[in-house]
Amino acid sequence: MASSVQRASQLNMADLKGKVDPDWCPGCGDFGVLAALQKALVELQIPTHNVVTISGIGCSSNLPGYINTYGMHTLHGRALAVATGLKLANHELTVIVTGGDGDGFGIGGNHFVHTMRRNVDLLYIVMDNQIYGLTTGQTSPTSRVGMKTKSMPFGNIEAPVNPISLALAAGATFIARGFSGEQKHLTELIKQGIEHKGFSFLDVFSPCVTYNHDNTYQWFRPRVKKLEDDSAYDSSDWTAAMEKSLLWGEEIPIGKFFERTDVPTLHGAELVLNEGPLVHRELRVPADAARSFIKELM
Amino acid sequence: MKQTFAIGIGGAAGQGVATPGDIFAKIFSRRGLNLNAYNAYQSIIRGGHTFLTIRTGPEKVTNMGDRIDLFIPLNQDSMDRHLKLLTAGAACIYNADTIKSGAAADGVQLCPLPVSELADITRNKVAQNTLAIGAGLHMMGIGFAALEEVLREQFKKKGEAVVAENIGVARAGYDYAAAHFTAFANPLPKTENKYAILSGNVAMAMGGAAAGVKFYCAYPMSPSTGVLHWMAAHARKAGIMVRQVEDEIGVINMTIGAAQAGVRAMCATSGGGFALMSEGLGMSAMIETPVVVINCQRAGPSTGVPTKTEQGDLWQMLGAAFGDYPRIIAAPLDIGDCFKLIPELFNLADRFQCPGLVLCDLLLSEGRLSVHPNDLDFSPPIDRGELITAANGNGALSAASTNGGYKRYKITDSGVSPRAVPGLPGHIHTVATDEHQEDGVLISDEFTNPVKRRAMMEKRMRKVAGIEAAVPPPALSGPRNADVTLIGWGSTQGVIEEACELLNEQGISTNQLQIRWLVPLHGEAILEILNGSRHTIIVENNYSGQFARYLRSETSFVASGHIRKYDGEPFMPHHIADAVKEQLAGNTKLSVPMHEIMV
Repeated sequence: MASSVQRASQLNMADLKGKVDPDWCPGCGDFGVLAALQKALVELQIPTHNVVTISGIGCSSNLPGYINTYGMHTLHGRALAVATGLKLANHELTVIVTGGDGDGFGIGGNHFVHTMRRNVDLLYIVMDNQIYGLTTGQTSPTSRVGMKTKSMPFGNIEAPVNPISLALAAGATFIARGFSGEQKHLTELIKQGIEHKGFSFLDVFSPCVTYNHDNTYQWFRPRVKKLEDDSAYDSSDWTAAMEKSLLWGEEIPIGKFFERTDVPTLHGAELVLNEGPLVHRELRVPADAARSFIKELM
Repeated sequence: MKQTFAIGIGGAAGQGVATPGDIFAKIFSRRGLNLNAYNAYQSIIRGGHTFLTIRTGPEKVTNMGDRIDLFIPLNQDSMDRHLKLLTAGAACIYNADTIKSGAAADGVQLCPLPVSELADITRNKVAQNTLAIGAGLHMMGIGFAALEEVLREQFKKKGEAVVAENIGVARAGYDYAAAHFTAFANPLPKTENKYAILSGNVAMAMGGAAAGVKFYCAYPMSPSTGVLHWMAAHARKAGIMVRQVEDEIGVINMTIGAAQAGVRAMCATSGGGFALMSEGLGMSAMIETPVVVINCQRAGPSTGVPTKTEQGDLWQMLGAAFGDYPRIIAAPLDIGDCFKLIPELFNLADRFQCPGLVLCDLLLSEGRLSVHPNDLDFSPPIDRGELITAANGNGALSAASTNGGYKRYKITDSGVSPRAVPGLPGHIHTVATDEHQEDGVLISDEFTNPVKRRAMMEKRMRKVAGIEAAVPPPALSGPRNADVTLIGWGSTQGVIEEACELLNEQGISTNQLQIRWLVPLHGEAILEILNGSRHTIIVENNYSGQFARYLRSETSFVASGHIRKYDGEPFMPHHIADAVKEQLAGNTKLSVPMHEIMV
């Protein structure tokens, strides 16, 4: 995404503050994600009018209203499809998609898989709290087996989706996991994700303090281990990444699982865009092209 | 009665029905003749039965007509199904080696071709088709040079030997007919006109290109796929980004995303795909981002009959997405109109920042019509409405100045708020599907405010009056004081027009009210016309009279009678004319004509 980055002068945290303050519950993990995103944009100094933050529906999907960039608060599960269209129409924009686990892996699962295989150049941050919050606490696609919720009061009997393994299988070219309780680490991952040319997937443990009493800050803190601390770990090794992605329990890796830079982005692969973003083009079809379109019908 | 000539070619899918059709179409068009082609086919790649009708003539030909003049059955099944359709003056050319004729009506000329004597069928598998084309053209009074020219183009890529082989076979058919068959009574005339031949799908795709569409995406679905195919094949020349998407939900959302970035974006589907797009249409209306969505109707419900036509999606379209919101719905009247409508609709969608919907159908989407090249205008007027394209002057990149005083959803008298797109300094905002206030901030969560909600709802809905003023009311065609007024919408324009001609010739004066703009409907103007009519009959290609119910709901108008067809096939002029007579005689108020061509 580096090509779309234009350095601004003195962009600071106050500039990124949205028109209203978040209405998330006090202590919600999403505050940490918002702050890390704002910090990353400040550190990268990307002009705010060139950034579009796009979300679906859910607690975390309210994020575009809380950050001072262009924003789209779209439909439940559809943010990636909207973002793909927007990026293809103006690939000079920096596109960041935010949402939750229900939005992205449940109702939006289809778009998630296809956006990854297309290598659309955007950063997708999932605030993964393993629960449906805005609908007041039901099982989500990442809820663990046995977890009791209002929709599965006797415990979840369905295996959760593994977002990291799924992203690896679907061909995402940058895959990372962060933790809302690890601000600096998370900010760094967001920066890398924005600068990566291609689809960047960042799954963030963002605890729901109201409805998820299993996967809390306290639960995550002793378990998360940064991949960056393991000097032997090679994030260009897909098989190693897949193995790491399967770890859950006493040790849960966070950090950059995988990155490859040899896959063209969707907008880069499409020759129609060689002459620059669509949005800057003449509306009219060139006269000689128009004539040829009619001639072939005669 | 105007002079027309219709050819019917029947065979199994994969037997080469399309090629003779294309060859005849090219020859007719190059003689300056109009033509209309309709292919009745099934959802099968090989086998089954397809029946292609090509009708031509020096004047406008708007539909498949009532009569087959030349029938070319490519297999026994076609012969058995359709020979009985022929009446005096018609002819049937067939391969005498493989097909047995049945009993034909008096005055029908049976023209058996001894195919294996005239061509080497071990080398040329479609010799029977080429022989029949040659024989048919002789009987129509067309010189061989026209056929030679088209065959040369058709087989150019396969090398000179193949060209020569096909010309030789065609010549043999041509000469055999000269020696053995009687020519048709009226040779096909020639005019100086030059026409393009195109399907409605190609017309809508080209209309999109002419409108300045820069982003098109779709999921393949009959009968809309032709739009995708044209777009994909011409994307680079036209500078259009074309994507095939995972499903129609993705399609509508991707289209809206592209439109939000500031380009004109379009997508097409059929009823099933349109159902999936419903939620997205609501988003387009709520965030006020204009898109154009085409629904090429096929026979429903559910998977229905994918290769058959119907006007059965009107109420789906009227009811698509929940809540009240402004939108425009138009039904193109013919294939030329499929082109013309798209730039018009984009201008309206852009001006009123709402979805523009096209209600097309298989008949137009996959039918083909000769259209004068001047009617394919690639420089139509373009009006992007209140689109802010310049930054607000401060030029600074820091956020403190980018908030400015810009309100994306500013409350205005017209309901239209000036629209800025991402990338523009000084106009930063977030669009939201949640209800929001003027600056885009949500009012749906903690700040819900009945006063603000009402104001925003009224702002959006004020656009309806503007749209109504921007769209012309429908007009009556034909004698004002006619005995009968036929009311139709969209693709039935041509066939109703011809039914009116038939009825007027038979002494029943008939006029026509054809609806192109479904929303806004202009109910008062329609009422004024219909209140002056004597006997009103609504003609539509569906079971329940969807337009009749819509008209009644909007105007309280109840028509005198109804003509409906829901067998998958389009109306033929005599279906309508006969039904009118039946209704005038007082026999019924609802006629459901039987389709005589068994396909």
